[in-house]
Amino acid sequence: MSDAASIHNLVDHFFRHQSGKLVAVMTRVFGLHNLELVEDVVQAALVQALEAWKIHGVPEDPAAWMYRVARNKALDVIRHRDVADRLNPEWTRSIGRDEGSDPLSRLFLSHEIADSQLRMIFTCCHPELPEESQIALTLKTLCGFSTPEIARALLTTEANVKKRIARAKRKFLDEEIKFEVPSGEALKARLGSVHTVLYLLFNEGYSSSQPHELIRRDLCEEAVRLCLLLFDHPASTNPETAALLALMLLHASRFDARLDESGNILLLEEQDRGRWNQKLIERGIYYLNESASGDHISRYHLEAAIAAHHSIAAGFGETNWTAILLLYDDLTQLHPSPIHELNRAIAVAQVSGPDAGIAAVQRIKGLESLDDYHLLHATLGEFHRRAGRAAEARRSFRRAMECTVSVSEQRLLERKLHDCAALEDLT
Amino acid sequence: MSNFMFLFRGGETPTSPERMQAQMQKWMNWIQKLRNDGKYIAGDPLQGTGKVLRSPNKVITDGPFAEGKEIVGGYFLVRAETIDEAADMAKDCPIFEGGGSVEVRPVQVINP
Repeated sequence: MSDAASIHNLVDHFFRHQSGKLVAVMTRVFGLHNLELVEDVVQAALVQALEAWKIHGVPEDPAAWMYRVARNKALDVIRHRDVADRLNPEWTRSIGRDEGSDPLSRLFLSHEIADSQLRMIFTCCHPELPEESQIALTLKTLCGFSTPEIARALLTTEANVKKRIARAKRKFLDEEIKFEVPSGEALKARLGSVHTVLYLLFNEGYSSSQPHELIRRDLCEEAVRLCLLLFDHPASTNPETAALLALMLLHASRFDARLDESGNILLLEEQDRGRWNQKLIERGIYYLNESASGDHISRYHLEAAIAAHHSIAAGFGETNWTAILLLYDDLTQLHPSPIHELNRAIAVAQVSGPDAGIAAVQRIKGLESLDDYHLLHATLGEFHRRAGRAAEARRSFRRAMECTVSVSEQRLLERKLHDCAALEDLT
Repeated sequence: MSNFMFLFRGGETPTSPERMQAQMQKWMNWIQKLRNDGKYIAGDPLQGTGKVLRSPNKVITDGPFAEGKEIVGGYFLVRAETIDEAADMAKDCPIFEGGGSVEVRPVQVINP
Protein backbone atom coordinates (compact mmCIF):
# COMPACT_ATOMS: atom_id res chain seq x y z
CA MET A 1 0.00 0.00 0.00
CA SER A 2 1.60 3.25 -1.07
CA ASP A 3 1.34 6.37 1.04
CA ALA A 4 -0.79 8.04 -1.59
CA ALA A 5 -3.20 5.14 -1.58
CA SER A 6 -3.46 4.99 2.18
CA ILE A 7 -4.61 8.56 2.58
CA HIS A 8 -6.86 8.46 -0.43
CA ASN A 9 -10.45 8.88 0.65
CA LEU A 10 -13.26 8.21 -1.77
CA VAL A 11 -15.72 10.92 -2.69
CA ASP A 12 -19.13 10.62 -1.05
CA HIS A 13 -21.40 8.00 -2.58
CA PHE A 14 -18.58 6.69 -4.80
CA PHE A 15 -19.80 3.09 -4.63
CA ARG A 16 -23.38 4.14 -5.23
CA HIS A 17 -22.56 6.17 -8.29
CA GLN A 18 -20.16 3.60 -9.69
CA SER A 19 -22.92 1.06 -9.27
CA GLY A 20 -25.23 3.30 -11.35
CA LYS A 21 -22.62 3.73 -14.07
CA LEU A 22 -21.73 0.04 -14.20
CA VAL A 23 -25.36 -1.10 -14.34
CA ALA A 24 -25.94 1.24 -17.29
CA VAL A 25 -22.78 0.05 -19.08
CA MET A 26 -23.47 -3.62 -18.43
CA THR A 27 -27.04 -3.25 -19.68
CA ARG A 28 -25.55 -2.07 -22.98
CA VAL A 29 -23.66 -5.37 -23.06
CA PHE A 30 -26.23 -7.84 -21.77
CA GLY A 31 -29.51 -6.16 -22.65
CA LEU A 32 -32.54 -5.14 -20.61
CA HIS A 33 -33.83 -8.70 -20.59
CA ASN A 34 -30.77 -9.66 -18.52
CA LEU A 35 -31.09 -6.96 -15.91
CA GLU A 36 -30.71 -9.41 -13.04
CA LEU A 37 -27.52 -10.82 -14.51
CA VAL A 38 -26.31 -7.25 -14.93
CA GLU A 39 -26.97 -6.54 -11.25
CA ASP A 40 -25.06 -9.69 -10.25
CA VAL A 41 -22.03 -8.74 -12.35
CA VAL A 42 -21.99 -5.22 -10.93
CA GLN A 43 -22.43 -6.49 -7.38
CA ALA A 44 -19.49 -8.87 -7.86
CA ALA A 45 -17.29 -6.02 -9.10
CA LEU A 46 -18.23 -3.81 -6.15
CA VAL A 47 -17.56 -6.62 -3.65
CA GLN A 48 -14.16 -7.28 -5.19
CA ALA A 49 -13.26 -3.62 -4.85
CA LEU A 50 -14.44 -3.55 -1.25
CA GLU A 51 -12.55 -6.68 -0.22
CA ALA A 52 -9.33 -5.57 -1.89
CA TRP A 53 -9.37 -1.91 -0.93
CA LYS A 54 -10.28 -2.34 2.69
CA ILE A 55 -7.06 -4.25 3.26
CA HIS A 56 -4.84 -2.79 0.57
CA GLY A 57 -6.02 0.79 0.41
CA VAL A 58 -7.79 2.64 -2.37
CA PRO A 59 -5.84 2.65 -5.66
CA GLU A 60 -4.74 5.86 -7.37
CA ASP A 61 -7.60 5.75 -9.85
CA PRO A 62 -10.39 3.82 -8.14
CA ALA A 63 -12.89 4.26 -11.00
CA ALA A 64 -10.49 2.82 -13.58
CA TRP A 65 -9.71 -0.06 -11.22
CA MET A 66 -13.39 -0.84 -10.87
CA TYR A 67 -14.01 -0.63 -14.62
CA ARG A 68 -11.19 -3.11 -15.22
CA VAL A 69 -12.73 -5.55 -12.74
CA ALA A 70 -16.18 -5.08 -14.25
CA ARG A 71 -14.84 -5.67 -17.75
CA ASN A 72 -13.18 -8.91 -16.65
CA LYS A 73 -16.31 -10.10 -14.87
CA ALA A 74 -18.35 -9.34 -17.98
CA LEU A 75 -15.88 -11.29 -20.11
CA ASP A 76 -16.17 -14.25 -17.70
CA VAL A 77 -19.92 -14.24 -18.19
CA ILE A 78 -19.67 -13.88 -21.98
CA ARG A 79 -17.25 -16.82 -22.04
CA HIS A 80 -19.14 -19.15 -19.74
CA ARG A 81 -22.82 -18.52 -19.92
CA ASP A 82 -25.31 -19.51 -22.58
CA VAL A 83 -26.33 -15.88 -22.44
CA ALA A 84 -23.71 -15.37 -25.13
CA ASP A 85 -25.88 -16.46 -28.02
CA ARG A 86 -28.31 -13.61 -27.41
CA LEU A 87 -25.56 -11.05 -27.22
CA ASN A 88 -24.37 -8.59 -29.78
CA PRO A 89 -21.47 -10.49 -31.44
CA GLU A 90 -19.36 -7.37 -30.99
CA TRP A 91 -18.89 -8.22 -27.31
CA THR A 92 -17.77 -11.81 -27.84
CA ARG A 93 -15.04 -10.39 -30.05
CA SER A 94 -13.61 -8.78 -26.92
CA ILE A 95 -12.59 -12.20 -25.61
CA GLY A 96 -8.84 -12.65 -25.66
CA ARG A 97 -8.23 -9.10 -26.80
CA ASP A 98 -6.06 -6.75 -24.78
CA GLU A 99 -7.83 -4.26 -22.61
CA GLY A 100 -8.16 -0.95 -24.37
CA SER A 101 -8.23 -2.30 -27.91
CA ASP A 102 -11.47 -4.27 -27.61
CA PRO A 103 -15.07 -3.13 -28.13
CA LEU A 104 -15.93 -3.74 -24.48
CA SER A 105 -13.28 -1.35 -23.17
CA ARG A 106 -14.68 1.40 -25.36
CA LEU A 107 -17.88 1.34 -23.28
CA PHE A 108 -15.89 2.63 -20.30
CA LEU A 109 -14.85 5.86 -22.00
CA SER A 110 -16.50 8.71 -20.15
CA HIS A 111 -18.76 9.85 -23.00
CA GLU A 112 -19.88 6.25 -23.55
CA ILE A 113 -20.68 5.90 -19.85
CA ALA A 114 -22.72 9.10 -20.01
CA ASP A 115 -24.48 7.74 -23.09
CA SER A 116 -25.32 4.47 -21.32
CA GLN A 117 -26.63 6.35 -18.30
CA LEU A 118 -28.80 8.52 -20.54
CA ARG A 119 -30.25 5.37 -22.12
CA MET A 120 -30.96 4.11 -18.62
CA ILE A 121 -32.71 7.33 -17.61
CA PHE A 122 -34.93 7.17 -20.68
CA THR A 123 -35.62 3.49 -20.03
CA CYS A 124 -36.49 3.92 -16.35
CA CYS A 125 -38.82 6.78 -17.26
CA HIS A 126 -40.51 4.86 -20.07
CA PRO A 127 -44.19 5.89 -20.17
CA GLU A 128 -45.23 2.21 -20.29
CA LEU A 129 -44.01 1.83 -16.70
CA PRO A 130 -46.23 2.85 -13.78
CA GLU A 131 -45.02 6.01 -12.06
CA GLU A 132 -44.13 4.20 -8.83
CA SER A 133 -42.03 1.71 -10.75
CA GLN A 134 -40.24 4.50 -12.61
CA ILE A 135 -39.01 6.12 -9.39
CA ALA A 136 -38.07 2.87 -7.64
CA LEU A 137 -36.23 1.60 -10.70
CA THR A 138 -34.37 4.87 -11.17
CA LEU A 139 -33.15 4.71 -7.58
CA LYS A 140 -32.13 1.08 -7.97
CA THR A 141 -30.38 1.13 -11.34
CA LEU A 142 -29.12 4.69 -11.76
CA CYS A 143 -28.53 5.73 -8.17
CA GLY A 144 -27.28 2.44 -6.70
CA PHE A 145 -29.81 2.39 -3.84
CA SER A 146 -30.48 -0.97 -2.18
CA THR A 147 -34.05 -2.18 -1.73
CA PRO A 148 -34.14 -1.27 2.00
CA GLU A 149 -32.77 2.19 1.19
CA ILE A 150 -35.41 2.76 -1.48
CA ALA A 151 -38.11 1.64 0.95
CA ARG A 152 -36.83 4.07 3.59
CA ALA A 153 -36.50 6.90 1.10
CA LEU A 154 -39.98 6.44 -0.35
CA LEU A 155 -41.60 5.68 3.03
CA THR A 156 -42.83 2.28 1.97
CA THR A 157 -42.04 -1.39 2.60
CA GLU A 158 -39.30 -3.48 1.02
CA ALA A 159 -41.91 -5.89 -0.33
CA ASN A 160 -43.57 -2.98 -2.06
CA VAL A 161 -40.32 -1.80 -3.62
CA LYS A 162 -39.58 -5.31 -4.89
CA LYS A 163 -43.05 -5.48 -6.41
CA ARG A 164 -42.59 -2.13 -8.18
CA ILE A 165 -39.25 -3.16 -9.62
CA ALA A 166 -40.47 -6.59 -10.68
CA ARG A 167 -43.39 -4.95 -12.46
CA ALA A 168 -40.98 -2.74 -14.40
CA LYS A 169 -38.78 -5.67 -15.38
CA ARG A 170 -41.81 -7.57 -16.63
CA LYS A 171 -42.82 -4.57 -18.74
CA PHE A 172 -39.37 -4.52 -20.34
CA LEU A 173 -39.96 -8.07 -21.54
CA ASP A 174 -43.66 -7.78 -22.42
CA GLU A 175 -43.34 -4.53 -24.32
CA GLU A 176 -39.94 -5.40 -25.75
CA ILE A 177 -38.65 -2.05 -24.60
CA LYS A 178 -35.34 -1.10 -26.16
CA PHE A 179 -32.34 0.22 -24.27
CA GLU A 180 -31.94 3.41 -26.23
CA VAL A 181 -32.45 7.14 -26.32
CA PRO A 182 -35.41 7.83 -28.62
CA SER A 183 -35.01 10.35 -31.44
CA GLY A 184 -37.10 13.01 -33.17
CA GLU A 185 -40.63 13.58 -31.91
CA ALA A 186 -40.45 10.50 -29.67
CA LEU A 187 -37.49 12.06 -27.87
CA LYS A 188 -39.45 15.22 -27.16
CA ALA A 189 -42.36 13.29 -25.69
CA ARG A 190 -40.14 11.00 -23.65
CA LEU A 191 -38.04 13.87 -22.33
CA GLY A 192 -41.26 15.20 -20.81
CA SER A 193 -41.77 12.01 -18.84
CA VAL A 194 -38.10 12.00 -17.77
CA HIS A 195 -38.56 15.54 -16.43
CA THR A 196 -41.67 14.46 -14.54
CA VAL A 197 -39.89 11.54 -12.87
CA LEU A 198 -36.90 13.67 -11.83
CA TYR A 199 -39.26 16.36 -10.54
CA LEU A 200 -41.16 13.77 -8.47
CA LEU A 201 -37.90 12.29 -7.22
CA PHE A 202 -36.77 15.70 -6.04
CA ASN A 203 -40.13 16.48 -4.43
CA GLU A 204 -40.12 13.16 -2.67
CA GLY A 205 -36.86 14.13 -1.00
CA TYR A 206 -37.73 17.76 -0.41
CA SER A 207 -41.13 17.29 1.18
CA SER A 208 -40.64 17.98 4.85
CA SER A 209 -42.59 15.03 6.24
CA GLN A 210 -39.38 13.25 7.31
CA PRO A 211 -36.80 16.04 7.40
CA HIS A 212 -34.43 14.15 9.70
CA GLU A 213 -33.86 11.31 7.32
CA LEU A 214 -30.57 11.96 5.56
CA ILE A 215 -31.64 9.62 2.83
CA ARG A 216 -34.41 12.04 1.84
CA ARG A 217 -31.73 14.59 1.10
CA ASP A 218 -29.92 11.99 -0.98
CA LEU A 219 -33.01 11.81 -3.17
CA CYS A 220 -32.71 15.52 -3.93
CA GLU A 221 -29.00 15.21 -4.66
CA GLU A 222 -29.66 12.30 -6.99
CA ALA A 223 -32.39 14.21 -8.82
CA VAL A 224 -29.98 17.12 -9.33
CA ARG A 225 -27.19 14.78 -10.46
CA LEU A 226 -29.38 13.05 -13.03
CA CYS A 227 -30.78 16.35 -14.26
CA LEU A 228 -27.22 17.63 -14.76
CA LEU A 229 -26.50 14.49 -16.76
CA LEU A 230 -29.50 15.33 -18.96
CA PHE A 231 -28.41 18.93 -19.35
CA ASP A 232 -24.84 17.99 -20.27
CA HIS A 233 -25.88 15.57 -23.00
CA PRO A 234 -26.58 16.97 -26.48
CA ALA A 235 -29.65 14.74 -26.90
CA SER A 236 -31.44 15.98 -23.83
CA THR A 237 -30.20 19.49 -23.18
CA ASN A 238 -32.96 22.01 -23.72
CA PRO A 239 -34.44 25.07 -21.99
CA GLU A 240 -36.90 22.93 -20.03
CA THR A 241 -34.11 20.73 -18.65
CA ALA A 242 -32.25 23.88 -17.60
CA ALA A 243 -35.38 25.25 -15.91
CA LEU A 244 -35.92 22.02 -13.98
CA LEU A 245 -32.29 22.05 -12.87
CA ALA A 246 -32.62 25.68 -11.76
CA LEU A 247 -35.76 24.85 -9.82
CA MET A 248 -34.07 22.00 -7.96
CA LEU A 249 -30.92 23.97 -7.13
CA LEU A 250 -32.85 26.97 -5.84
CA HIS A 251 -34.98 24.83 -3.55
CA ALA A 252 -31.98 22.78 -2.43
CA SER A 253 -30.24 26.00 -1.36
CA ARG A 254 -32.63 26.23 1.60
CA PHE A 255 -32.02 22.70 2.85
CA ASP A 256 -29.85 23.60 5.85
CA ALA A 257 -32.05 26.49 6.91
CA ARG A 258 -35.28 24.52 7.06
CA LEU A 259 -34.68 23.08 10.53
CA ASP A 260 -33.52 24.62 13.78
CA GLU A 261 -30.96 22.96 16.10
CA SER A 262 -33.61 20.78 17.71
CA GLY A 263 -34.89 19.62 14.34
CA ASN A 264 -38.02 21.77 14.29
CA ILE A 265 -39.32 22.90 10.92
CA LEU A 266 -38.72 26.57 10.23
CA LEU A 267 -41.11 28.31 7.85
CA LEU A 268 -39.82 30.50 5.05
CA GLU A 269 -40.39 33.66 7.07
CA GLU A 270 -38.54 32.24 10.09
CA GLN A 271 -35.49 30.97 8.26
CA ASP A 272 -32.07 32.53 8.70
CA ARG A 273 -31.33 33.58 5.14
CA GLY A 274 -27.64 33.62 5.98
CA ARG A 275 -27.88 29.84 6.05
CA TRP A 276 -29.19 29.63 2.52
CA ASN A 277 -26.52 28.12 0.32
CA GLN A 278 -25.39 31.02 -1.89
CA LYS A 279 -23.40 28.76 -4.19
CA LEU A 280 -26.50 26.73 -5.00
CA ILE A 281 -28.51 29.92 -5.50
CA GLU A 282 -25.90 31.22 -7.94
CA ARG A 283 -25.92 27.95 -9.84
CA GLY A 284 -29.72 27.98 -9.84
CA ILE A 285 -29.82 31.49 -11.27
CA TYR A 286 -27.21 30.47 -13.85
CA TYR A 287 -29.40 27.63 -15.13
CA LEU A 288 -32.48 29.84 -14.96
CA ASN A 289 -30.70 32.20 -17.38
CA GLU A 290 -29.74 29.20 -19.51
CA SER A 291 -33.42 28.24 -19.63
CA ALA A 292 -34.45 31.61 -21.05
CA SER A 293 -34.40 30.66 -24.72
CA GLY A 294 -36.79 29.13 -27.20
CA ASP A 295 -40.48 29.96 -27.48
CA HIS A 296 -41.90 27.57 -24.93
CA ILE A 297 -42.49 28.36 -21.26
CA SER A 298 -42.85 25.25 -19.13
CA ARG A 299 -44.15 24.80 -15.60
CA TYR A 300 -40.52 24.38 -14.56
CA HIS A 301 -39.66 27.83 -15.91
CA LEU A 302 -42.44 29.39 -13.84
CA GLU A 303 -41.70 27.39 -10.70
CA ALA A 304 -37.99 28.17 -10.98
CA ALA A 305 -38.75 31.86 -11.43
CA ILE A 306 -40.92 31.80 -8.28
CA ALA A 307 -38.14 30.04 -6.36
CA ALA A 308 -35.65 32.62 -7.67
CA HIS A 309 -37.75 35.50 -6.32
CA HIS A 310 -37.58 33.95 -2.86
CA SER A 311 -33.86 33.29 -3.19
CA ILE A 312 -32.92 36.85 -4.09
CA ALA A 313 -35.20 38.64 -1.59
CA ALA A 314 -33.16 40.26 1.18
CA GLY A 315 -35.81 39.24 3.72
CA PHE A 316 -39.29 37.79 3.90
CA GLY A 317 -40.73 41.32 4.07
CA GLU A 318 -38.82 42.35 0.95
CA THR A 319 -40.16 39.50 -1.16
CA ASN A 320 -41.70 40.62 -4.44
CA TRP A 321 -45.08 38.98 -3.89
CA THR A 322 -46.72 40.86 -6.76
CA ALA A 323 -44.28 39.32 -9.23
CA ILE A 324 -44.70 35.92 -7.58
CA LEU A 325 -48.49 36.18 -7.82
CA LEU A 326 -48.27 36.93 -11.56
CA LEU A 327 -46.07 33.86 -12.01
CA TYR A 328 -48.60 31.76 -10.07
CA ASP A 329 -51.37 33.14 -12.30
CA ASP A 330 -49.45 31.86 -15.34
CA LEU A 331 -48.64 28.59 -13.64
CA THR A 332 -52.25 27.80 -12.72
CA GLN A 333 -53.24 28.64 -16.32
CA LEU A 334 -50.53 26.49 -17.85
CA HIS A 335 -50.71 23.61 -15.44
CA PRO A 336 -53.98 23.72 -13.48
CA SER A 337 -53.60 21.84 -10.21
CA PRO A 338 -55.20 22.35 -6.79
CA ILE A 339 -51.72 22.35 -5.18
CA HIS A 340 -50.51 25.18 -7.42
CA GLU A 341 -53.72 27.10 -6.68
CA LEU A 342 -53.18 26.62 -2.96
CA ASN A 343 -49.68 28.09 -3.31
CA ARG A 344 -51.12 30.88 -5.38
CA ALA A 345 -53.57 31.64 -2.54
CA ILE A 346 -50.58 32.17 -0.22
CA ALA A 347 -49.21 34.77 -2.64
CA VAL A 348 -52.69 36.36 -2.84
CA ALA A 349 -52.78 36.66 0.95
CA GLN A 350 -49.34 38.31 0.95
CA VAL A 351 -50.47 40.86 -1.64
CA SER A 352 -54.08 41.49 -0.57
CA GLY A 353 -54.44 40.18 2.99
CA PRO A 354 -55.58 36.94 4.65
CA ASP A 355 -59.27 37.24 3.72
CA ALA A 356 -58.38 37.52 0.03
CA GLY A 357 -56.26 34.39 0.59
CA ILE A 358 -59.22 32.52 2.05
CA ALA A 359 -61.41 33.60 -0.87
CA ALA A 360 -58.73 32.34 -3.29
CA VAL A 361 -58.68 28.98 -1.47
CA GLN A 362 -62.46 28.72 -1.71
CA ARG A 363 -62.30 29.25 -5.46
CA ILE A 364 -59.84 26.35 -5.99
CA LYS A 365 -61.19 23.95 -8.57
CA GLY A 366 -61.15 20.47 -7.10
CA LEU A 367 -60.70 21.77 -3.55
CA GLU A 368 -62.33 18.59 -2.19
CA SER A 369 -59.32 16.60 -3.47
CA LEU A 370 -57.19 18.48 -0.92
CA ASP A 371 -59.48 17.70 2.00
CA ASP A 372 -56.98 15.30 3.60
CA TYR A 373 -53.98 17.46 2.72
CA HIS A 374 -52.53 18.90 5.93
CA LEU A 375 -51.06 21.95 4.17
CA LEU A 376 -54.52 23.07 3.02
CA HIS A 377 -55.71 23.24 6.62
CA ALA A 378 -52.43 24.64 7.93
CA THR A 379 -52.65 27.41 5.30
CA LEU A 380 -56.27 28.22 6.17
CA GLY A 381 -55.37 28.20 9.86
CA GLU A 382 -52.58 30.68 9.22
CA PHE A 383 -54.92 32.97 7.23
CA HIS A 384 -57.50 32.91 10.05
CA ARG A 385 -54.81 33.55 12.65
CA ARG A 386 -53.53 36.57 10.74
CA ALA A 387 -57.08 37.82 10.41
CA GLY A 388 -57.39 37.59 14.20
CA ARG A 389 -59.90 34.71 14.30
CA ALA A 390 -58.38 32.42 16.92
CA ALA A 391 -61.20 29.87 17.09
CA GLU A 392 -61.31 29.24 13.32
CA ALA A 393 -57.53 29.15 13.19
CA ARG A 394 -57.43 26.54 15.94
CA ARG A 395 -60.02 24.40 14.20
CA SER A 396 -57.98 24.42 10.98
CA PHE A 397 -54.69 23.63 12.72
CA ARG A 398 -56.35 20.73 14.57
CA ARG A 399 -57.70 19.40 11.28
CA ALA A 400 -54.19 19.72 9.79
CA MET A 401 -52.79 17.66 12.68
CA GLU A 402 -55.25 14.89 11.91
CA CYS A 403 -53.94 14.80 8.34
CA THR A 404 -50.24 14.28 9.02
CA VAL A 405 -48.31 11.57 10.84
CA SER A 406 -45.01 13.42 10.58
CA VAL A 407 -43.61 14.27 14.02
CA SER A 408 -41.96 17.43 12.71
CA GLU A 409 -45.18 18.65 11.13
CA GLN A 410 -47.05 17.86 14.34
CA ARG A 411 -44.60 19.92 16.37
CA LEU A 412 -44.92 22.83 13.95
CA LEU A 413 -48.71 22.71 14.19
CA GLU A 414 -48.56 22.58 17.99
CA ARG A 415 -46.47 25.73 17.85
CA LYS A 416 -49.16 27.31 15.66
CA LEU A 417 -51.88 26.29 18.14
CA HIS A 418 -49.84 27.92 20.84
CA ASP A 419 -49.78 31.12 18.77
CA CYS A 420 -53.59 30.94 18.64
CA ALA A 421 -53.76 30.81 22.43
CA ALA A 422 -51.54 33.89 22.62
CA LEU A 423 -53.85 35.60 20.14
CA GLU A 424 -56.86 34.85 22.36
CA ASP A 425 -55.10 36.29 25.41
CA LEU A 426 -54.74 39.55 23.48
CA THR A 427 -58.39 39.80 22.60
CA MET B 1 9.62 -4.99 18.81
CA SER B 2 8.27 -8.21 17.28
CA ASN B 3 6.21 -8.90 14.23
CA PHE B 4 2.71 -10.28 14.39
CA MET B 5 0.27 -11.49 11.82
CA PHE B 6 -3.44 -10.67 11.83
CA LEU B 7 -5.54 -13.22 9.98
CA PHE B 8 -9.02 -11.96 9.09
CA ARG B 9 -11.82 -14.50 8.97
CA GLY B 10 -15.44 -14.10 7.97
CA GLY B 11 -17.30 -10.88 8.52
CA GLU B 12 -20.20 -9.46 6.61
CA THR B 13 -20.21 -8.16 3.06
CA PRO B 14 -22.98 -5.56 2.70
CA THR B 15 -25.13 -5.65 -0.44
CA SER B 16 -25.83 -1.93 -0.48
CA PRO B 17 -23.15 0.14 -2.26
CA GLU B 18 -23.53 2.89 0.31
CA ARG B 19 -22.91 0.46 3.17
CA MET B 20 -19.98 -1.07 1.31
CA GLN B 21 -18.37 2.33 1.20
CA ALA B 22 -19.11 2.93 4.88
CA GLN B 23 -17.49 -0.39 5.79
CA MET B 24 -14.45 0.36 3.68
CA GLN B 25 -14.08 3.77 5.26
CA LYS B 26 -13.96 2.14 8.71
CA TRP B 27 -11.16 -0.18 7.61
CA MET B 28 -9.26 2.71 6.08
CA ASN B 29 -9.55 4.68 9.30
CA TRP B 30 -8.33 1.72 11.34
CA ILE B 31 -5.37 1.05 9.03
CA GLN B 32 -4.51 4.73 8.99
CA LYS B 33 -4.31 4.73 12.77
CA LEU B 34 -1.97 1.71 12.75
CA ARG B 35 0.18 3.41 10.13
CA ASN B 36 0.32 6.66 12.05
CA ASP B 37 1.51 4.72 15.10
CA GLY B 38 4.19 3.04 12.97
CA LYS B 39 2.67 -0.41 13.61
CA TYR B 40 1.59 -1.38 10.12
CA ILE B 41 4.05 -3.29 7.91
CA ALA B 42 2.08 -4.91 5.08
CA GLY B 43 -1.20 -6.54 4.18
CA ASP B 44 -2.98 -8.34 1.38
CA PRO B 45 -6.50 -9.48 0.64
CA LEU B 46 -6.99 -13.10 -0.40
CA GLN B 47 -9.45 -14.26 -3.04
CA GLY B 48 -12.36 -16.39 -1.93
CA THR B 49 -11.39 -19.34 -4.10
CA GLY B 50 -8.44 -21.74 -4.03
CA LYS B 51 -7.44 -25.38 -3.80
CA VAL B 52 -6.80 -27.65 -0.85
CA LEU B 53 -4.41 -30.57 -1.12
CA ARG B 54 -4.78 -33.30 1.51
CA SER B 55 -1.93 -35.27 -0.09
CA PRO B 56 -0.03 -35.04 -3.38
CA ASN B 57 -2.43 -37.30 -5.26
CA LYS B 58 -5.59 -36.99 -3.25
CA VAL B 59 -8.63 -34.78 -3.66
CA ILE B 60 -8.00 -31.23 -4.74
CA THR B 61 -11.08 -29.22 -3.96
CA ASP B 62 -12.06 -26.02 -5.63
CA GLY B 63 -12.85 -23.41 -3.05
CA PRO B 64 -14.66 -22.21 -1.11
CA PHE B 65 -13.21 -25.02 0.97
CA ALA B 66 -14.48 -24.07 4.38
CA GLU B 67 -17.48 -22.54 6.04
CA GLY B 68 -17.82 -18.86 5.07
CA LYS B 69 -16.79 -17.75 8.52
CA GLU B 70 -13.67 -19.94 8.42
CA ILE B 71 -12.26 -18.50 5.21
CA VAL B 72 -9.24 -16.27 5.64
CA GLY B 73 -10.09 -13.12 3.71
CA GLY B 74 -6.76 -11.37 4.17
CA TYR B 75 -3.82 -10.72 6.45
CA PHE B 76 -1.80 -7.90 7.96
CA LEU B 77 1.76 -7.92 9.18
CA VAL B 78 2.13 -5.55 12.14
CA ARG B 79 4.72 -4.50 14.70
CA ALA B 80 4.13 -4.65 18.47
CA GLU B 81 6.04 -5.03 21.75
CA THR B 82 4.02 -7.97 23.05
CA ILE B 83 1.23 -10.30 21.95
CA ASP B 84 -1.05 -8.42 24.34
CA GLU B 85 -0.32 -5.14 22.64
CA ALA B 86 -0.92 -6.74 19.25
CA ALA B 87 -4.24 -8.18 20.43
CA ASP B 88 -5.14 -4.77 21.78
CA MET B 89 -4.47 -3.21 18.37
CA ALA B 90 -6.78 -5.74 16.75
CA LYS B 91 -9.66 -4.78 19.02
CA ASP B 92 -10.60 -1.82 16.81
CA CYS B 93 -10.86 -3.94 13.67
CA PRO B 94 -14.19 -3.27 11.92
CA ILE B 95 -14.55 -6.98 11.09
CA PHE B 96 -16.22 -7.63 14.46
CA GLU B 97 -19.28 -5.56 13.47
CA GLY B 98 -20.09 -8.23 10.91
CA GLY B 99 -19.39 -11.17 13.22
CA GLY B 100 -15.92 -11.89 11.82
CA SER B 101 -12.75 -12.68 13.79
CA VAL B 102 -9.08 -11.76 13.89
CA GLU B 103 -6.45 -14.34 14.70
CA VAL B 104 -3.31 -12.76 16.15
CA ARG B 105 -0.12 -14.85 15.73
CA PRO B 106 3.45 -13.95 16.68
CA VAL B 107 5.83 -14.36 13.74
CA GLN B 108 8.59 -16.80 14.70
CA VAL B 109 12.05 -15.32 14.64
CA ILE B 110 14.37 -17.68 12.76
CA ASN B 111 17.59 -16.58 14.44
CA PRO B 112 16.70 -15.98 18.04
